[in-house]
Amino acid sequence: MARVGVFVCFCGANIADFVDVPAVVEESKKIKDVKFAVHYKYMCSDPGQQIIKDAIVQNRLTSVVVAACSPRMHEKTFRRAVAEAGLNPYLLEIANIREHSSWVHQKDKKSATEKAADLIRMAVAKSIANEQLHAISVPVTKRALVIGGGIAGIQAALDIADAKIPVVLVEKSPSIGGRMAQLDETFPTLDCSQCILTPKMVDVASHPYIELIPYSEVMELDGFVGNYKVKIKKKASYVNFSTCTGCGACQQKCPVKVPNEYNMGIDKRKAIYTPFPQAVPNKPVIDANHCNMLLKGKCGICAKVCEKGAIDYTMKDEIIEREIGAVVVATGYDLWDPKPYEEYGVGRFKDIITSLEFERMVSANGPTGGVPVRPSDGKVPKTVVFIKCIGSRDEAKGIEYCSKICCMYTAKHAILLHHKVHDSHAYIFYMDIRAAGKGYEEFVKRAQVETGATYLRGRVSKIYRKDDKLIVRGEDGQLGQVVEVEADLVVLATAIIPNKDNPDLARLLGVSYDKYGYMSEAHPKLRPVETAKAGIFLAGCTQAPKDIPDTVSQASACAAKVCGLFSGDTMQKDPMISTVNTDNCSGCQNCIKVCPYQAITAEEIPVARGSKEMRIVAKINEGVCQGCGSCAAVCRSMAISLAGFTDSQIINEIVSI
Amino acid sequence: MDSEVKNKIVSIEKPQLEAPADWQPVIIGILCNWCSYAGSDLTGTSRIQYPPNIRIIRVPCSSRVDPWFLIKSLQTSADGVLVSGCHPGDCHYITGNYFARRRFLVTKKLLNFVGYHEDRIQFSWVSAAEGPKFAKVVEKVTQDIRKLGPLHLNKKENFNR
Repeated sequence: MARVGVFVCFCGANIADFVDVPAVVEESKKIKDVKFAVHYKYMCSDPGQQIIKDAIVQNRLTSVVVAACSPRMHEKTFRRAVAEAGLNPYLLEIANIREHSSWVHQKDKKSATEKAADLIRMAVAKSIANEQLHAISVPVTKRALVIGGGIAGIQAALDIADAKIPVVLVEKSPSIGGRMAQLDETFPTLDCSQCILTPKMVDVASHPYIELIPYSEVMELDGFVGNYKVKIKKKASYVNFSTCTGCGACQQKCPVKVPNEYNMGIDKRKAIYTPFPQAVPNKPVIDANHCNMLLKGKCGICAKVCEKGAIDYTMKDEIIEREIGAVVVATGYDLWDPKPYEEYGVGRFKDIITSLEFERMVSANGPTGGVPVRPSDGKVPKTVVFIKCIGSRDEAKGIEYCSKICCMYTAKHAILLHHKVHDSHAYIFYMDIRAAGKGYEEFVKRAQVETGATYLRGRVSKIYRKDDKLIVRGEDGQLGQVVEVEADLVVLATAIIPNKDNPDLARLLGVSYDKYGYMSEAHPKLRPVETAKAGIFLAGCTQAPKDIPDTVSQASACAAKVCGLFSGDTMQKDPMISTVNTDNCSGCQNCIKVCPYQAITAEEIPVARGSKEMRIVAKINEGVCQGCGSCAAVCRSMAISLAGFTDSQIINEIVSI
Repeated sequence: MDSEVKNKIVSIEKPQLEAPADWQPVIIGILCNWCSYAGSDLTGTSRIQYPPNIRIIRVPCSSRVDPWFLIKSLQTSADGVLVSGCHPGDCHYITGNYFARRRFLVTKKLLNFVGYHEDRIQFSWVSAAEGPKFAKVVEKVTQDIRKLGPLHLNKKENFNR
């Protein structure tokens, strides 16, 4: 005989304002099998949980229904509470009366109340069919995969490896370092990016617990938390890294010149190249799209000059496999292409550049030796106009969100410009200055005071050419008048967008992503580095635009999560998986065809005990099964049942409405 | 379908029940945990309002949905059913929603055969980020089912219960 307890939460005013909670409790008491029903202001609080625990003991409840927020929010909390009272945690059901009723029917209290009562009725009906379940122990492979070798990936890899957990770090380009390696100095302290980053890069390469796989991509991820198998494509570098000494002779002699990605295409690199002098590993690769030898079979100069004979034109892409237990995704960001800003003459005027191009120019190791120049005539600019929010906060042309870092780096650029060209003047057109962060507001002030930069609040409407100057026409919102600035150089602070490979990678990993392409965290506030898929974590701009301090914190948080996951030799797995009742199984093997994890195999068992005649039945590997329930839906003999979502549970819900 | 067979099918929907003025359709929403359920939660968190007729059931994946659930819903309690899963290619369980999509096409045929209007069962793709879309889907489904009219006016006399 079922004895169900119903616990309805006010959620402060969140539920109580739009649902008549006492009426819902009264309605719940009328349900057959409900032996106890009560409401409380915050069920998830300590006293709230105590009410549940006491009621379970006093009323000898056989199952519990909590009517509160989404099960995605507090299912674990209440399961723990139920277990502490001695009841199996899987005898708990949640009626989601907040996200699914009070918050979405705020203008119709009567309907919201009726609906809440219905949702509770369904949850009670389901809970009656709930069975006791027990967590499954599965072994853990204690090795982590980090995807992306920018500052996020580097930090995560180092932190995990320092805990003596092996790390596989996969980087797409020939060197780790990422975007941060392109920066000159970093806000708000103006410490040199290379000086703080390159030691970390070297640490990665020399760390005994890190296996660095550069110039490679993740192709496939199989398995489940603690037991993933990853296929990595090592792109053919055409250079044998074990014999190459990194002397650089090949790069000097190579006749093919290609726009240099590291310097945003301002200068040229060779077809055989290391991305930048401090690259880790400091070994060149051949760009197969431009190499004469690989394209036309003519040249071979690099092989001739290489004393070690490290060049191998016959090298092929190689697929390698690693067994891992967790993944940290740190794929970083791209920059939005400002082409839609036609009225600015983007693409027509050479002296309009993006801020990362400016960053490369003022970099000590940049293509112009640390001095900004006009791309059109190579002259040093005296008047530079910076325009912020190019693409950011612009629903019409770009994206809706704020890219978060542009206010800060534009202030930094004003200071850098002042340092490099003393008699220069910066004009900065802005919408708002968003300088939230430790030392950030002070930094912006410093830029204004130290450089005397003119901050103009307003948008630029048009840029046109007059002789060799660019006339920037915009609005000074504070004076309410149109201003025109004669500029030598215009720098656009273009928006951050997610790495263009993000959606493909997210699909491959089985992680969800938002409409922009950023991968989604499990909870925006309380689980910011986890994804909905257990064992996959997010660091840096993979998840949202971030500056370096935030990225590093998040990467370290990922490392803490990975270390926590690997703290035991086995881990507990959710028992909501499929089981086969072999008595009913007809051996049709439909389930084998639909299982996405190859968790089901055909097994021969005797038709009766002691019989020599055999028949085929399905067998489910409980370590591999993820509990999607495809098999349960195709099983015609109803032999397969998915724990937690059995046929009788779902049918109970349906007929109880 | 053979026309002779077709003529023999007595449509359950005819004659259509006369809906009283205060009639409200009951819709069951079966949502996958990872995309659509999360999307419907986002609708709530964003306080986007939608008609209160839908009752949501959570399943791990749209591929868990047995056509039996849908028929049973129409037989016993609901005037319409919405099944919603992840966008094609985005399934948390890799291929689950493809199976669901195929099964759904067959279920529509079955529905016709049994004598229900095929629009009583609807399918949609709603991702975890599409809170506003979920509200729109519910609005549309509610409208459609309202047009189709009631299946259960006198629930208690229904022999299935």
